[in-house]
Order: sequence, then structure tokens, then C-alpha cells
Amino acid sequence: MSYVHPYQDAGFVLQYLVHFDQLCTDAGLDEINLELALSVLEEAGKVGSEILAPLNRAGDAEGARLDGGDVIPSPGFREAYDQFAAGGWLSLRVAEAFGGQNLPNALSTAVNEIWHSANMAFALCPMLSQGAMESIAHHAAPALQAAYLPGMASGEWTGTMNLTEPDAGSDLAAVKTRAVPEGDHYRISGQKIFITWGDHSMTPNIVHLVLARLPDAPPGVKGISLFIVPKFLVGGNGEPGARNGVRCLSLEHKLGIHGSPTCVMEFEQAVGYLVGEANQGLPYMFTMMNHARQTVGLQGLAISERAYQQARQYARERLQGTRRDGSRIPIIQHPDVRRMLMTMKSGIEAMRALALVAAAEIDRTHYATDPAQKARHAARVELLTPVVKGWLTEMAQELTSLGIQIHGGMGYIEETGAAQHYRDARILTIYEGTTGIQALDFIGRKMLADQGAALALLLDEILETRDEFSTVFAGTLAAEQLELALNAGQAARQWVLDNSTTDKALSATVCVHFLLLFGYLCGGWLLAKGALQAKALLDTGAGDTDFLQAKLISMHCYQEQLLPRTQACLAAIRAGSTHVMAMPEDRF
Amino acid sequence: MKIVVAVKRVIDYNVKVRVKADNSNVDLNNVKMSINPFCEIAVEEALRLREAGVASEIVVVSIGPKQAQDVIRTALAMGADRGIWIDSADAEMNALDIACLLGRVVEAEQPGLVLLGKQAIDSDNNQTAQMLAALCDFPQATFASAVTVEGDQVVVTREIDGGLQTLALDLPAVISTDLRLNEPRYVKLPEIMKAKKKPLTTTTPEQLGVHLENTLSLLRVEPPAERSPGIRVESVDQLIENLKHQAKVL
Repeated sequence: MSYVHPYQDAGFVLQYLVHFDQLCTDAGLDEINLELALSVLEEAGKVGSEILAPLNRAGDAEGARLDGGDVIPSPGFREAYDQFAAGGWLSLRVAEAFGGQNLPNALSTAVNEIWHSANMAFALCPMLSQGAMESIAHHAAPALQAAYLPGMASGEWTGTMNLTEPDAGSDLAAVKTRAVPEGDHYRISGQKIFITWGDHSMTPNIVHLVLARLPDAPPGVKGISLFIVPKFLVGGNGEPGARNGVRCLSLEHKLGIHGSPTCVMEFEQAVGYLVGEANQGLPYMFTMMNHARQTVGLQGLAISERAYQQARQYARERLQGTRRDGSRIPIIQHPDVRRMLMTMKSGIEAMRALALVAAAEIDRTHYATDPAQKARHAARVELLTPVVKGWLTEMAQELTSLGIQIHGGMGYIEETGAAQHYRDARILTIYEGTTGIQALDFIGRKMLADQGAALALLLDEILETRDEFSTVFAGTLAAEQLELALNAGQAARQWVLDNSTTDKALSATVCVHFLLLFGYLCGGWLLAKGALQAKALLDTGAGDTDFLQAKLISMHCYQEQLLPRTQACLAAIRAGSTHVMAMPEDRF
Repeated sequence: MKIVVAVKRVIDYNVKVRVKADNSNVDLNNVKMSINPFCEIAVEEALRLREAGVASEIVVVSIGPKQAQDVIRTALAMGADRGIWIDSADAEMNALDIACLLGRVVEAEQPGLVLLGKQAIDSDNNQTAQMLAALCDFPQATFASAVTVEGDQVVVTREIDGGLQTLALDLPAVISTDLRLNEPRYVKLPEIMKAKKKPLTTTTPEQLGVHLENTLSLLRVEPPAERSPGIRVESVDQLIENLKHQAKVL
């Protein structure tokens, strides 16, 4: 099944919702603009469609496997990786000093959508490299940066993140891996699990970032340090030399992403180098967290887009039902199939808008020089990140499931490929912090902690859009629903603020409803903003009329069909914790 | 040796072509445009000749409105060294106009080799290379599927109806490229960045001393008739029967 990047919608969001040119000007990135961004997306689109997408099925059917001590990648992945690395795609975000292109996160995010749509299992490998590079670039000493970043930026080496242990999943305070000082380095011993692309034979070296405890470390989260542990020790010449004490013990058998090797890693007296200060491992991880979590949210968008393209093609080709004149009816003409396709299409457009707008807030935080502005954008990043991660990945469950539903019985058969997207998508609400973790973060650290101040600012911005929207789209259901959804958002915020002191379990019980409410609301808000732009363009006769009219239809459909879900969320929030917590444990 | 490559901006090969409601032309409004695939092959071949040490500089030329610069940038991102944009504004041109303009560029640049796609996928004319060769008084080899430079000569394998024909041409020469000559490379991200800084000069038909004649006028454009659905026949005999009497092709 082929994949074509929806470059027009991505371009629309970058131009009219992200204001990409303005972002670059404000950031002092003189040579970067929308035109360049679009040519980058176009070339990335070719790599995605022609190199990565054709390997997606093979990666599912024949996953990575462990042969002796080596992890053998899925068929074609090695060659694809070589081409991908040679294209310089890993260097997109990296500083020029280390051989990178220093491009903004908003563009990187738009490009990453292509990789994850084309082949999510493959794209996890460069995604982990990017995360590891960011950690090293932010926190490691200059000598370590010089030793590891150029090799990773060129794609010659890949990177991994080794956090989870059998007893330390969501609760990283329980990390047991030990690090013992020895001269200018440390000896790392312990076991890590669920390590994505933890081992493979596609590159001559792999740079592991590992959380471990020093012998004198305080207990809990305050005693965790971060280490670089290369698979092969890097010699004075900068080339990989002797094998380090780290190996892959086994691979997990998973529901999806079969092409991505999920490793159990054993560290046995492995040489490691401390990143930054001792006992700061968790704060370092947290600085990466926003980026990593938004990227997983983006995966939710990407896999939904892929499932949509597949379902759309099937709906056009599959004939069911006969007209009086004897001609057959493609199922895309059946109203219920239309409902499903429109749910997918409009939901995806809302998800893309939110993913890119949130990604641009990371840029605006990074590049802002005025402290007050920096703080404002940083607060917005903090607020939106759990919504991007939680809502986009939960939406992906529904949308990839609809992708199967549109195929009918054929969707349940693996050969059509629709089922793969559904299986691949299932991990997204789990890794990098489950939906529950995102929702707790959102309602607690991001809302209750500042008494709802940052959320109030967001609601004020939505109010501004609503005012303009209800004038321009006066009398439409969309305007009515946006009004109702905004009211629901305001009411939910107030309800939680007012009642969480009396109902101690309130926030933890209703947090997922709370997160989803704001996910749907943000989606409706950004589609409304986009629709105002589309309408203005149509009124002046500028732009691609067909595309802009389709944007308006998508927006109406979303506001009418998906936005009312905010009301159900609000009702569940108001119900509080009583009957969720009332059942005696032994009655379950 | 210097190589001049001509590139054309055409409707993207993935786009479903639509005819304007008044049948005056193909509807190009807001349609995705890209470098002509045959031209892309010509650029790729020039790059390979440079990588083989045969060529030292690759100059890319395109003719058209401002957006023609996009395909020059694409060629520069693939690896070409510099670009020349001939700003023809909205002028309608035929193949001879294009060949005259390119001829002036060849005159000024004095390349050892001129590479062009054998045709553009929009109007499929397959004329420009031949006309250019005549105007420059260069030997020509069209429909190339293999190109090797040997000393002062270039050996070209041509795809012709009867099979393959191999020609040796004295340099300088004009070559038009066929689909099987090579598979163009994927553009690398750092090259997209570098392409922005590569020199791109602008000129006009007036500056080149060419008066555009455009002796062709387009009367009417119609989409091909929709294919009617096929039928399933019971036997081979019936198939032959139908081919003889219904389709009347036997």
C-alpha cells in the first residue's frame, strides 16, 4: 500500500497556524523560510514514499530477530537505513558545529510525520537517535559531545535510551542498575528492558544513554545519574574499537512494530561516561521529556494518516451494492463509510494542527530572548505536551480502528495491511508515559500547580478565536459547538479547581476525561483558526479553491461530530470519583 | 569539461491532469509542479560524469516565469554547480523559441556537452534537443540509454525501434536522455541547504537577443474519452470472434 505525504495540509498548517516565516525571522534564522521548508518536505516525502513505505509490510511480516548475539533487522531495513543516513536526515536538528543543519523543531516535526507514516517501526531508530543526541547536546561535557555527536548526526552511529527496568517502569525511582567509578569513567552493571532499537547490526556502533545509580547515591529519584555507554569503545582515533560489556539478551514478541527490535539489555561491567553532574539523571531526562512525548503524539498522527490513506483507497475501489441501472457502487458513496472517512480526515487535520503548533512552541521557547516571552512559551509547551501525547495517541486508537472497519472483513485479514496500523498504533498510548501518566501530569503539574493560570491563558486565546469565528461563521452548527466546547473547557477547569480539595481522588479519577476534553477543544480551536484563514483566502480568490473548500468541510464536520464529545467529558468530570472508587476491591 | 543541462518545470507526474472548463488548455492553477522526469535524468547523468572526473562544472538552465527557479534549485540540490534562469514572464513559446534561447546560452557558456530530456511530460513534443543541435551545428544523439566520454568523443547508446544503436560523436555534442539512462538520486538534506547559496543568474530573451516567435497556436484541449468497462468472454474462440467482428482489429 503506497503512501503520499499530505504536503498541502502540512504546508497550510506551517504557513497559517505556525506562521513559520515569522518564527524563523524572530529566531534569527535568516536563511530558513517556508519555501525552504516546503522543499525539504517534498524531498523527504520522496524518501518516505519510495524507500521507507514499501518496507512497512515486510517489517511487520518478518520482524527483527536475534541470531547468536546479533540483532538482524527486517528485510531491506539495512539498505534503507544507509540511504536515509546518507541523505543527512538525522542531522536536521543538530547544531552546525557537529555537522547538523540547525533547523527548527516545527520543521523537524513536520518531516518526522513522513517517516512515521511511511514506516513507524523503522522511524523509531532515527527517533531514538535524535532523542539521545538532544540529551548529549544539552547536558554532556564538550569532550563527550565532540566524541559522539558528529558520528550520530551523520547517522553513522545510532542512539538509544535505556531507562526502564523490570521493576522500574512508570516509577523510575526504583532504578537498580549500578555505576561504580573507575578512573575517568564508570563501570555499569544491570539489566534494562523495553529498549527500542537497543541493538542491531545496521551501523558500526550504538551509543546507549543509561540511567544508573552511583554507590553513594541517595535513594529514590534524586540518586539517578545518566551515562553514555557505547556498544564499542571509541578509541583515540574516534573509531569504534573493543566491544564494551553490553549485549542484547533477547527480543520481545510484540503486538505491533515488529520491525523495531525491543531489547532486553544486559550491562556487565560496561564502561560508561557520566553525562553532566552526578544524581541529575532524572532532571536531564525531563528536559528531553517534552520533545520525546510530543514526538510520540506525532506518531499517533502519522499512523492515523497512513491508515486513512489505506482506507480511502479501499473505499474508492471496493464495490458493494447495485444501482437500478446495474452499475455497482463504490463503498465511499455509502453514508456510514463517509462518516468514518470524515472522522478520520477531520480528526487527522486537527491532530496535525495541534502537533505542529505545539512543536513550534518548543522553538519559540528556545529562541525567545525576552525572559517574559520565554516563560510564556515555556508554560505553553508544558501545558500542551501531555495533550499532544495523550490525545493524539488516543485518537490514533479510534482512527486506526476505523481504518479496519472501513475494510469490513478484509480489514481483519492481515494481507490488506489495515490491521498492521491498528496493531502498530497500540503501543502509542503506553510508551513514553501512558495516557494515565499524561493526564495526571496535565491536571496536576500543569493545571492545579499554578491554580489553572496557564490553562486560563489558553482558554482566553480560544475565546478570541471563538469571537471572530462566531461572527464569520454566524448561525452555523460549528460556531454553536465551538461555543459549547469552550464553555465546557472553562467549566471543567473551574470544577476541578473548586472540588479537588474536598474530593481528594477527584483529579486522579477524572484526569483522562479532563485531558481528552482539552484535546478535542484544542483541535476544534485550531481548525476554527485555519477555517478563518481558508475563508479569507477564498473570499479574495487566492490559493487552491478545492483544497480550501475541503478544509472548511473538514472543519464543519469536526465541530459537528467530534467536538460535542467535550460535553461527555465534562459530565464524567462532574461525576467525580465517588462511583469509580466505591466498588470494594474484592467485587472486581 | 563543462556540461549545460536544460530543465523544465512541468505538472507533477503524480497529478491527475484536468482540462480547463473552456477547453482552452490544461488547468495548471494551484497544481503541484515539479522538474520534468526526463530532465531529472539529464541532471543525474551530468552529475555522474562529474563524479567520474569527466566533467568539471554543471550549469543548469530553465526558461519560464519566476517559479522556473524552483526546478533550477532542485537541480542545484541534486548537485549541479550553478543556474541560469531565463525570465520569459508569461510568454507562450514553442520548441524553436526554447531551442533559440538555449542556443544563445550554449554560445556564451561553450560547454563540451549539452544534456536535455528527450521530451517534457506535459506536451511530449520531443523537438528541442534536435533543434538545438541544428542551431549550434553540434552532432546529436537522442534517446540515450548509455553515455560514455572517451577522449574527444562521446559514445552514446540510443534506444530505437529496432533495438539499440551505438554512436560515437565528436564533442561538443547534444544528447537527449531516455528513461533507462539512469535512476536519479534522492536529494540530500545538506544539499538542499547548500543549493540556496549556489549562484543563480537571471537573464531575459531580450538580453539574449532572441525575439520569441511562437508560431503555434493552441486551438482546443480535450481529455481523452473515458474507457468503457471490459467484458468477460466465455472462450478463446469467442474472443477471436469478437476481435474480428466487434473490434475489427483482426
